[in-house]
Amino acid sequence: MNTEAIVSYLPLYKEAFVLTIKIGWLGIALAFAIGIVSAFILYFNIPVLSKVIKAYVELFRNTPLLVQLFFIYFGLPKMGIDISSQVCGCLGLGLLGGSYMAETFRSGLCAIANTQIESATALGMSKSQIFIHIILPQAFTISITALIANVIFLLKETSVFSAISLMDLMFTAKDLIGLYYNTTECLLLLVLFYILMLLPVSFLGNLIEKKVRFGIFGD
Amino acid sequence: MEDILKIEHLHKAFDGFTVLEDVNLTVKKGEVTVVIGPSGCGKSTFLRCINGLEDIQDGRVLLHDEVINPNKKDLRSTHEKIGMVFQSYDLFPHKTIIDNVALAPIKVQKRKKEDVYKEASELLDRVGLLAKKDSFPRQLSGGQKQRVAIVRALIMHPEILLFDEVTAALDPEMVREVLEVILSLAKEGRTMLIVTHEMDFAKAVADRILFMDGGHIVEEGSPEEFFENTKTDRAKRFLDSFKYK
Amino acid sequence: MNAFFEKLGFDVLLKGNNMLRLLQGLGVALRISVISVVISIVLGIILGVLMAQKNKVINVIAKIYLEIVRIMPQMVLLFIVYFGITKVLGINMEAEKASIIVFTFWGTAEMSDLVRGSLISIPKTQYESSEALGFTKSQMYMYVIIPQTIRRLIPLSINLITRMIKTTSLVMMIGIVEVLKVGQQIIEANRKTSPNAAFGIFATVFLLYFIACWPISQLSKYLERRWEN
Repeated sequence: MNTEAIVSYLPLYKEAFVLTIKIGWLGIALAFAIGIVSAFILYFNIPVLSKVIKAYVELFRNTPLLVQLFFIYFGLPKMGIDISSQVCGCLGLGLLGGSYMAETFRSGLCAIANTQIESATALGMSKSQIFIHIILPQAFTISITALIANVIFLLKETSVFSAISLMDLMFTAKDLIGLYYNTTECLLLLVLFYILMLLPVSFLGNLIEKKVRFGIFGD
Repeated sequence: MEDILKIEHLHKAFDGFTVLEDVNLTVKKGEVTVVIGPSGCGKSTFLRCINGLEDIQDGRVLLHDEVINPNKKDLRSTHEKIGMVFQSYDLFPHKTIIDNVALAPIKVQKRKKEDVYKEASELLDRVGLLAKKDSFPRQLSGGQKQRVAIVRALIMHPEILLFDEVTAALDPEMVREVLEVILSLAKEGRTMLIVTHEMDFAKAVADRILFMDGGHIVEEGSPEEFFENTKTDRAKRFLDSFKYK
Repeated sequence: MNAFFEKLGFDVLLKGNNMLRLLQGLGVALRISVISVVISIVLGIILGVLMAQKNKVINVIAKIYLEIVRIMPQMVLLFIVYFGITKVLGINMEAEKASIIVFTFWGTAEMSDLVRGSLISIPKTQYESSEALGFTKSQMYMYVIIPQTIRRLIPLSINLITRMIKTTSLVMMIGIVEVLKVGQQIIEANRKTSPNAAFGIFATVFLLYFIACWPISQLSKYLERRWEN
């Protein structure tokens, strides 16, 4: 094990780590936004729009991120839509994640028992009051496990960013292996930084899941 | 006593299948009416038509001479005046007991928070559940949840209360605690319409018994008349089904 | 019409056997997925049943294994196996073999979790009443437990197939010539005559993946809904 090499690579990895996290979480934030809006459109079955959203969700859930990124990054510029690799990474992750989040939120909303809506109606609550006070909080709780799984899935998906020459962790590892052949050291650092990126989320996810499951509903 | 609720020629069908046919009923203020009948006779649907949870095909439901069904508009004020308690309690699982009770008066009736919480505490105390006010529904037994559901309806100050088989989902030993709450409400002179399978309870609480079968009111009378001097064969057969020989 | 096609870069598809080459590229991806899925399902069922037995040692090992798969991107695993193992063991591994190893490693974990999940979702009373009826353990699994789990499991494993197909797009990163790589080669070769080929080719690849995955995920959804009741 070449510790000297590891020390000298560290700053490069750190930089790549920061970039990966930044684009990754921005993409995830975008995914949440797209997902929530899409889920509402699907839940309320808004004409025309809900058809469009359905097509979008199916299209992006059934294709790999890598292919989506290639299309956005290499294909779209030919039609005059030119975006930087960072924006592309963020947008791609947001669109992919949005389709997953939409499904998750929608099934959470639909999981609320009809009797809940009826008993709120019998109390005189309006449709919007029922949605805000009864359906939404319960749907969020039901969805939380799947939402966390989505976040972890999306953070892992950031590993394909290097394909659109974004200087992320994978790019850095591949670059350094090519340059210096310190394969073991480079891969070790790669694994360590991914653990650093995902283990806290996984751990926190488990914690939130337990808290929400057994805390809010009291058990 | 004045008439509160009037149901005239009510007709209800699901996909062409008639569930209620030409049902007529007048409920006076302070009267406790108990509806009994075999499963599937339409008695639950009847209650749901009264507060507009189901649309109706013909006839009308009037509250104080004001048509509430069929009339999609402004059902919210109707819902405030008609309280309903369901078989499956349907407390909101994400809210504490007291928040379950306080949500509708605060959001729907826009009453002052402190007043609502004060009244909620008093009502919970009355049904013996003040100690549970900060618990979540999942921590309560079925009987306790149903008592909370009754309080949740009471706090809206409804003019009439509908009970839809509120003890049907309960373990036998919990039935009593719920029925006692309803009995005490009857003694207060509240107007109630109760669907139940508990015959002894029906006898004790009712001013009037309605026997429904096949979407019709088949027999009607005071508890004494109905249970001691059953007139129709159908009602006799129904009452016999509760006896073991 | 032709000019419009050219503008969108779809004309390249009709040149030579380009479309066929793309399809062959997709075939490579599908081959890798099918092999990995089949092995994953077999190993996953075995591991899942073992995990449901509540043996402490097995469960600790399985938990670590599942957590590794849960947080490590498949891309990183591919690099470790393809570059790392080759380097450490001094053997030269074909990229396709490396990718099958990685996808199986990942798929087995996913599958075992699904199997364990559906096994423990069977109510305890089902086990107890089979025991009370005098079934042996193997009879109990054979006639009572497995028939009930299988209905939950089939849609989920079908879903795993689509996820596997999507994941195989990664293999181009370790040099396997699959559909994306073929696409790049075609774009490169026709750079002068079809400058807009990148749009047409990648749009086509996008659609090809969709056509490969969508029917399978629809089937999974359909079965899930049908068997729910």
